[in-house]
Amino acid sequence: MATRLKEVDVVIIGLGWTGGILAKELTDAGMKVVAIERGETRSTEKDYSVPNVRDELRYVQRHDLMMNTARDTLTVRNNRSEEALPMRRLGSFLPGEVVGGSGVHWSGHTWRWTDMEFKVRSLYEERYGKTFIPADMTIQDWGISYDELEPYYDKFERTAAISGKAGNIRGEILAGGNPFESPRSREYPLPPLTPILASQMFTDAARNAGYHPFPRPSANASRAYTNPDGSKFGACQYCGYCQRFGCEANAKGSPHMTVIPIAMRSPDFELRTHSWVTRVNKDSTGKKVTGVTYTNVLNGEEFEQPAAVVLMCAYAINNVHLMLLSGIGKPYDPVSQTGVVGKNYCYQTGAAATLFFEGRHFNPFMNAGGSNASIDDFNINWAFDRAPHGFVGGYVVGGGFNTVLPIGYRPVPAGTPQWGKAWKAATAKWYQTAMQISASGSVMANRNNYLDLDPTYKNAFGLPLMRMTFDYKENEHKMGRHAADFINQTAKSMNPTTMNPATARTDPWTVVPYQSTHNTGGTIMGTNPRTSALNKYLQSWDCHNLFVVGANAFPHNSAYNPTGPVGALAYWTADAIKRYVKKPGPLV
Amino acid sequence: MSDQPMKDHDVGRRDFLRKAVAGGVAATTTALAPPALAQQPAAAAPAQEAPTAAYEFLNLDEQAFVEALVNHMIPADGLTPKGTDLGINVYIDRALGGAWGKGDRLYMQGPWKIGQPGQGYQLPLTPAQLYRAGIEATNAYCVRTYKKTFDKIDATQREDVLIGLSTGKIDLGALPTRTFWTTVYQTVMEGMFADPIYGGNRGKAGWKLIGFPGALAVNRENVEKYRDKPFPTDPLGIADMS
Ligand SMILES: Cc1cc2nc3c(=O)[nH]c(=O)nc-3n(C[C@H](O)[C@H](O)[C@H](O)COP(=O)(O)OP(=O)(O)OC[C@H]3O[C@@H](n4cnc5c(N)ncnc54)[C@H](O)[C@@H]3O)c2cc1C
Repeated sequence: MATRLKEVDVVIIGLGWTGGILAKELTDAGMKVVAIERGETRSTEKDYSVPNVRDELRYVQRHDLMMNTARDTLTVRNNRSEEALPMRRLGSFLPGEVVGGSGVHWSGHTWRWTDMEFKVRSLYEERYGKTFIPADMTIQDWGISYDELEPYYDKFERTAAISGKAGNIRGEILAGGNPFESPRSREYPLPPLTPILASQMFTDAARNAGYHPFPRPSANASRAYTNPDGSKFGACQYCGYCQRFGCEANAKGSPHMTVIPIAMRSPDFELRTHSWVTRVNKDSTGKKVTGVTYTNVLNGEEFEQPAAVVLMCAYAINNVHLMLLSGIGKPYDPVSQTGVVGKNYCYQTGAAATLFFEGRHFNPFMNAGGSNASIDDFNINWAFDRAPHGFVGGYVVGGGFNTVLPIGYRPVPAGTPQWGKAWKAATAKWYQTAMQISASGSVMANRNNYLDLDPTYKNAFGLPLMRMTFDYKENEHKMGRHAADFINQTAKSMNPTTMNPATARTDPWTVVPYQSTHNTGGTIMGTNPRTSALNKYLQSWDCHNLFVVGANAFPHNSAYNPTGPVGALAYWTADAIKRYVKKPGPLV
Repeated sequence: MSDQPMKDHDVGRRDFLRKAVAGGVAATTTALAPPALAQQPAAAAPAQEAPTAAYEFLNLDEQAFVEALVNHMIPADGLTPKGTDLGINVYIDRALGGAWGKGDRLYMQGPWKIGQPGQGYQLPLTPAQLYRAGIEATNAYCVRTYKKTFDKIDATQREDVLIGLSTGKIDLGALPTRTFWTTVYQTVMEGMFADPIYGGNRGKAGWKLIGFPGALAVNRENVEKYRDKPFPTDPLGIADMS
């Protein structure tokens, strides 16, 4: 029997970016908050310090900061006619499993998603007509607007120390920034990072071709910085060990050195590590949750933590898994297209070319997570006419480097032998002379891409694994071909000695190799309980004292990395919860 | 550094072991302990030669296979010493004998199905078990084809075997060839480019090959200073900075 603990105001499941933000905001507001985190505490001082953190084998190859698939994983398949099999080790995506979550080992690219996402169906239907959107593409409006979210984007950008250049402040288009972005109320908190050669060369090529390059905004502090909460950042050292590593300089905006230590100072906050939430409990009416059940993974002991409000902050796919395990909301059925939990799971696509320039020195070991120049001409540029290309969505293209270390990154021209003297000579010759241009593309929701519980495989707690059914559809293939063509044209205009051209991802999605930890959907926000699991405040339509925070709430996936809106929505939800506790009940 | 003496030395050592085992002289592990062995034909090796590998996981056949493999894939030339001089065999042995080799973080519950390539690794084997079975199957193929195990065939034959493995043309029976090969390839690259604390990349020769500075921490000033210029690197590893 689980030991029943004393009730608290708020229990938070998972202490990464969203859990950290909510822990800080809600303790600030005087609530008693307990955070339950499956991982352990790691700190910059004792864990992410030099030299030990500079270990590609440990952090990149062996996934030291990431979820342990021996204990819990997913099953995967491309479509319903296949049998899903367990992802036996990590590959395509790498969710975190320490205090700070994936927010410790992310790269920090931080974008503001705009109404082009939030109003996707209305905008495309209005401009291109209803039939432009394929029948099986289940995109829908989000029920939120950019204007509502703007102050919260601003807040997250200041918390996480985003370096960048505004392209649009209150409607004024500014040189050097992204001219297509939606109006922001003010500049980024920090100037852009120092450009590296690869990003400069891409910038020149894109500008010469009439496009609009800008430095990619990212949570790598371009100089020492103190955020509005008083958290201190060092200046980024361009050490080249960003993605998948904790930052030794505290220059990467991460919850473990910002919001979490602030929450920890409050007597109203308690963190329980090594504690795995297996279930959110409901009351007899099924209209409210009563708290969570968790297992102490150090000894197997089970506890029940009652709470007036429960927040799922366990990372997008983990939140969906918990909803399914707890039986909250109706599971999505792709055949009848009814139900909501598991619906609209999305991922991202992409294409990349490697360009070799004899005689140049790219120093690929010298970069920040966000050392990248980008263009948005094929993404949030609404003037880009999709009609001739027949796809919904877009892609952002960038040139630069992010954490390319030698076990994983040794570019050679296609056709080079894989071993022996010729391989070695080519590896030595080209390593310094290569750069990449890559695109990250949106994935529109499709009725056949979804999450549910696996009928066969179980996790270490004896609970069903979550099953992921996902593949790229024709819409993404078309966009991928457009992106690959654009990349190859741009690359050729740069006159490389040789290049490995970009190709569209048209093969089935695979669970290896790494693609991105940008999983979205599964418990989406919306305006109608029949077609969404959450309202615009990420409040469960079914149980009004449950909020499900993270990219699980996104009805589709854009070309951008997710954490800008994930962080903004966490702040937005915090404000909603502050209103909620005064008068509990549905906020919509 | 010369190639031959080390090779002779290795072969000599292994032949000694084989005979010893066959003759029942050394039935216990103590008698096989590496320090004692190192004294055997070691006189032939030049003084500055890398120390004889002491293995914790690989058995004699596997040692011979892995040494031949890494020296074929990473031959000595003006760019780097050969694979065993880089300690790649030592790296592989330790990786297989350690947590990763024993299946740390690997979901190991059945049922076991072959599945689609896109579903990733699906064998009921730890990396160490896969390596062991893969070496055995590759050696069986070599004996069938050349009447000798992989370590005894010549360089052209070895090249053919590696091409056969990497293209999946060699059939390893129950084992999916590509799965074995990608694991082998991955570990060789790790042994060449991981930090030297793991036993490979000896002398940081892998990093020197490409000009990777290693555990270097501070590049803030260097981004502008060395933009499009060669960066002078004498790489540092974790041990150099500890
Ligand atoms: C390698 C990598 C690079 C990335 N780069 C970028 C980038 O450049 N830009 C960008 O926007 N995003 C990036 N991301 C994604 C970004 O990290 C996430 O969007 C963000 O961290 C999500 O915040 P979260 O709070 O939802 O989840 P997380 O920050 O992952 O936190 C979830 C926490 O919940 C815990 N947890 C999970 N299940 C349970 C349970 N059952 N019980 C208790 N605790 C549990 C986990 O251990 C974890 O600590 C990257 C991610 C990775 C892995």
